[in-house]
Amino acid sequence: MESKEKLSIVCFSGDFDRAVAVFTLATGAAATNREVTIFFTFWGLNIVKKRPGRRWTGTGILARFFNFLMGGRNNLPLSRLNFGGISPKLMTGMMKSKNVATLDVLFDAAKELGVGFVACEMAMHILELKREDLIDQVTEVIGVSTFLDRSRDAKILFI
Amino acid sequence: MAKTLDITGDCCPMTFVKVKLTLAKMQSGEELDVALCEGEPLNNVPCTVTEQGHEVLSIRQEGKVHHVLIRKA
Repeated sequence: MESKEKLSIVCFSGDFDRAVAVFTLATGAAATNREVTIFFTFWGLNIVKKRPGRRWTGTGILARFFNFLMGGRNNLPLSRLNFGGISPKLMTGMMKSKNVATLDVLFDAAKELGVGFVACEMAMHILELKREDLIDQVTEVIGVSTFLDRSRDAKILFI
Repeated sequence: MAKTLDITGDCCPMTFVKVKLTLAKMQSGEELDVALCEGEPLNNVPCTVTEQGHEVLSIRQEGKVHHVLIRKA
């Protein structure tokens, strides 16, 4: 059997709508027989924080402020018209009423489909996030060279 | 007796995600009857399950709903 087609997604954004795009592509690709890896970096790390709400994570004062203000998966803002965080909740309601999978459903499906989650070492260093601050599905903390090496025969998307 | 899965109320990508996850939980040789709508699900589900090595035994239409019978590899 020929080897699987590969898709690597760089999840840079921590926006709600972009996260929906990331997980829609990831689950769709994994369900259609592709090997999928998501590389979470910078604001994308908010999606894979173990605590989904706002926490003072980190040691330095700035890192603690950034992590608190950004929050986790429950605090992702809409990239446009966020209205203080109301819009992602309204959008989730619209998605449910139209029977479109919500971010939580897609997130769980990605885990069940075996989508690979890896995190960016450098961004974690800046934001003072430790391995244990991220969900267990994040199997590795890697740098750009390892990511590119692994993605040598993959399509790469930056979101 | 084939297992059944109704994805007529689902949208992309959950249509093929549900098919994939349901097949993953079944034994080799078991059959799955997937009820789906025409368009994207009907165009893609039979192709993607065939790509994954499963066998499409039949596709039949009942009104607006199509039934794809799949045997797990």
